[in-house]
Parts: sequence; C-alpha cells; structure tokens
Amino acid sequence: MTVNPDSLTIASALDGLAKKDFTAVELTEACIKAMQAARPLNAVITETPDKALEMAKAADARRSKGEAGLLDGIPLAIKDLFATEGVLTTAASHILDGFKPAYESTATANLWKAGAVMLGKLNLDEFAMGSSNETSYYGPVVNPWRAKDGTKLVPGGSSGGSAAAVSAGFALGATGTDTGGSIRQPASLCGITGIKPTYGRVSRWGIVAFASSLDQAGPMTRTVRDSALMLQAMAGFDPKDSTSVDRPVPDYVANLEGGVKGMRIGIPREYRMDGMDAEITTLWEQGKQWLKEAGAEIVDINLPHTHYALATYYIVAPAEASSNLARYDGVRFGLRVPGKDLTEMYENTRGEGFGREVQRRIMIGTYVLSAGYYDAYYTKAQKVRTLIRKDFEQAFQRVDAILTPTAPNAAFPIGMKNDDPVTMYLNDVFTVPTSLAGLPGMSVPAGLNSEGLPLGLQLIGKPFEEAQLLRLGRSLEKVANYTAKPFHWWES
Amino acid sequence: MSLDRAAVAKIAKLARLKTDPDRLEAMASELNRILSFVEELQAVNTDNVAPMTSVQPMKLRQREDVVTDGGNPEAVLKNAPQRQGDFYTVPKVVE
Repeated sequence: MTVNPDSLTIASALDGLAKKDFTAVELTEACIKAMQAARPLNAVITETPDKALEMAKAADARRSKGEAGLLDGIPLAIKDLFATEGVLTTAASHILDGFKPAYESTATANLWKAGAVMLGKLNLDEFAMGSSNETSYYGPVVNPWRAKDGTKLVPGGSSGGSAAAVSAGFALGATGTDTGGSIRQPASLCGITGIKPTYGRVSRWGIVAFASSLDQAGPMTRTVRDSALMLQAMAGFDPKDSTSVDRPVPDYVANLEGGVKGMRIGIPREYRMDGMDAEITTLWEQGKQWLKEAGAEIVDINLPHTHYALATYYIVAPAEASSNLARYDGVRFGLRVPGKDLTEMYENTRGEGFGREVQRRIMIGTYVLSAGYYDAYYTKAQKVRTLIRKDFEQAFQRVDAILTPTAPNAAFPIGMKNDDPVTMYLNDVFTVPTSLAGLPGMSVPAGLNSEGLPLGLQLIGKPFEEAQLLRLGRSLEKVANYTAKPFHWWES
Repeated sequence: MSLDRAAVAKIAKLARLKTDPDRLEAMASELNRILSFVEELQAVNTDNVAPMTSVQPMKLRQREDVVTDGGNPEAVLKNAPQRQGDFYTVPKVVE
C-alpha cells in the first residue's frame, strides 16, 4: 500500500501500523521520498535514510513480536542541536565541522527507546541563536508557506528546520529546543503545534548548550495529541543533567479530551502592545471567545514586568552563551584554523568558525560579564528575572493558564529583518517571559491571516502542569478547527 | 555607556575572536544598539530583590564520588582535529 505521510499524524500512523495497513518500513520509505522531494526547503542538514530504514526494520520486527513501544515505527526528524551517536552533529555552525558525537543525547535516546525512527538532522539557526533560521551556516530554511505572490518566507527560528519538516509533511514529528521561543515561534509561523516543557522536565544532556538556564527541548508536531505522545517519550529524570527534575512523568494522553470547563484562563494586559498587528489582536480576541464558549472562565491579569523581559533575556542568554561557547577552541573537535601560537589558533578558529550573530552574542555576553560591568548588567538582569517570575507566580494564584499570541507577526520574507539585530529579537516578545520563568508554553495553530499565512496562539501553564496545558491546547485546537496545509510547490 | 572601536577590539580579544579591523566600526554600532536596548532595565526598581540563580527551587544534587565512565581514549579523541598517540596536539606553548 502506498502511504502518504502528509495525510498522517503520529497517532493515526500508530493506528495504521497496529492495524497492519502499512509497515514501518513502508511508512519510512514514503517519508524519505517526501524528505528528498522537499530539498528546496533546505530543512535538513544531514539525511540518514539508511539508518532510518534499519530502525524501521527493527520496529517492524518488534511489532510482530508484540513488543511495540509508544512510538514504534514513527519517523521523526531531529534538530541538529541534539548529539546523535555516530551521526554528524553541527548546531548549524561551521565550527562543528565533521563532529560525530560518540554519545547520544538523553532526549533522542528516549525517543529511540520508544521505537521512533530517525530520518535525519534538521537545519536551525547557528547554535539556536536566531528567530528566522537565517543565521545557519548551511543557509536559510524556506517556510513551506509562501506569500500570495510567491515570495519565499522564513520558517521562524531557531527550530526552523523542525517546523518546516513537520509542516511540509515529511516528518511526522520533530524535536525542537526553546531558549526564548525557538519551538513556539516557528511552530506559529509554520502552522504546527509545539510545546516547550517546564525547565527541568526534559533532559538537556547531549544537547548543544546555548543558554543553560533557559534551554529546554520539546516536541513539534501536527496535533496536540502528537505532542503529548512525543513529550511522553522525551520527558523524564536524568541523573546526567544536574537540573533535571526527579519527579514522575504523568500520562499526558489520558486526559487530553477532558475539556476546559471550569478552568480559569488569564489574559495579560501587558501583552497588548502598541503598534501590534491588528490581525494578531483579532485572533487573540477570538481565542478568548473560543475558550469561553468551551466553558473556561476568562480573567484579566497583570504581568507588570513583561516589558522588561526581552532586555533581561538579551543579557542573560548571551552571558550564558559566551560561557558555554568558550569550549569551541579548535583543540578537541570540529574546525581548527592554524595560528602562529595557541592564542592565535583560538582566535582564528573562533573568528572563522562562528557566524556574525553568534559572535555578536558572545561579545555582548563577554562584555556584560566583564569586570566592572557584571553588576550593572548581569546581576541587574537576574534581579529583574526574579520579578518576572514573581509576576507569573502571582498570576497563577488566580488562573490555571494564560492565553497570549505566540508571535507578533506571521512569517516574513527572507532577508527582511536582517539589518538591525533588535528588530529580529522582537519576534520573541511574547515567548521570552515564559522562558525566563522556566514555565511550560505551547503554540497551537489557530488561524490564517489575510495573506493566507498561519498564526498561532500561546498557552502558558504552571510548572510541571504539562498535562493540563496539553488538555487546554487540545480544546483550543478543537474549537479553532485549524486544518490548513501549505501547497506543495516544492514538489512541482 | 557607548563602546568605541578600541573597546570592541578589547572585548573581541577577551572572547578570543579574530575580528576584521574594517568591521570594528560596524560591530561597535551593532553592540551599542543592543546595549542601548537593554539599558531600559536600569529603570526597574530592584532594591531588596534577590537575583534569580535557580530556575526550579531545588538543591543541586550530589552523587557518589566514583568513576562511572572513561577508559576509552579512542572515543574521546575520535573528533580531534590533530592528535599524536593518545594526546591532542596544539601549537607549541613553551619555548
């Protein structure tokens, strides 16, 4: 039987596999074909078709013995920020040229343990630093959604390849990582679902570090149910990550259809910003109505320090990045550019190996951590971060979850926001506060704008309340009834 | 606070980044743009506010101080750009 991966979800593919409508090998072959046809999107850095087929065969064998795991035989693609044993891992940076880890990240190992199949490694912003996937050493990813006049658009970032892969329909799901919005914003711009779990829920071990107090991995999928399934497999305590939280992973799927009756949903006044796109405001308003009709109670709340979140983030994240990226010195792995002495070799390697945005953030980070400026910038930012977290803690005494737009705009043309770094940073204005507070946040596709481009709504939950957040997301998905898919122009 | 060419060159040196002298001016203006953007934090009253140092309220775990891994120099050195035997090699440091 011919399988069309674009018409499947993880859940429906699991059904098809269980009913023997198709085998994991057949499904994987179809995904590989679709992945190769989608090369014009530049969503993949390394395709791993042989590995995929080998894993699919093993999945079929397990299933025939009645030993199928939670995601057995499901083809997924992996953001190229996760270390994969023996498979090139680049972080979309020149500086990791040729790096094949001798180990597997815990999050991906958990997916393989559940039986999932790896299609390949996905493009991203270099070291996950960007909101448009344009900072990749491997070139920009093209959003499967195009403007009406055919203009090519960015998929968002940094998990741009992940969002494009799922939206284009060749991967049933993809892993993403989110430091300031890198799962949620591209999910919104590509019309898919993505959840950034609570900090500490998914192990960071084996994921190339950007800003360690913010980084969290999560699933990017076509439906909320699929996100629940994938998160179920990815989450869990890991002694190898010192910030991994030792608490049981609840069943994320069991109560998915439980509805929102009686839930209190907060609408933060501060997220209504000057000059905001009217279509975003309208969609947010619509989201409120939908949840109200579904039985939730809508409550106005205040998050007074919202305005300062981006500035806080652009001190904290570069500071941590400059420390984390000190390890790339040309000695132990990746690129080495010779120099007359050790210092010059470091400088040459890093000067050539890192792209402009990464260098910019290393410089900012180095500056705000340097003697004489540390307190004025870094300590100050960490104090404001405390206030931002307190805002959420206070709000969550009155509400169960918060509804906001995911991003301030739909997908924009490639190259449009590259002149000024701060303009690009504004893409994450609605997602960064959640990251700073370590809270779970998800983006659910909710509609199309007048240009026919997808827009998402963000739901923010209490710490470790992913089950409730997913249930809420499922309700929103149901009422929004978003079914739009991009035209497959890359196949013609 | 505004960074000039010399300040940018100094930060690049601290960060071990080789920079093109022709780019210093442009870099200074980009960095100043970001610094003026984050300047707004100075307006926030943070008297008696403790800096956030842990995302989850938890104590850092400790484990038994025992060897749990290692003894595999080949795996460790597999990605070395240059090696000699079981060692990484770098340009000569001591004369």
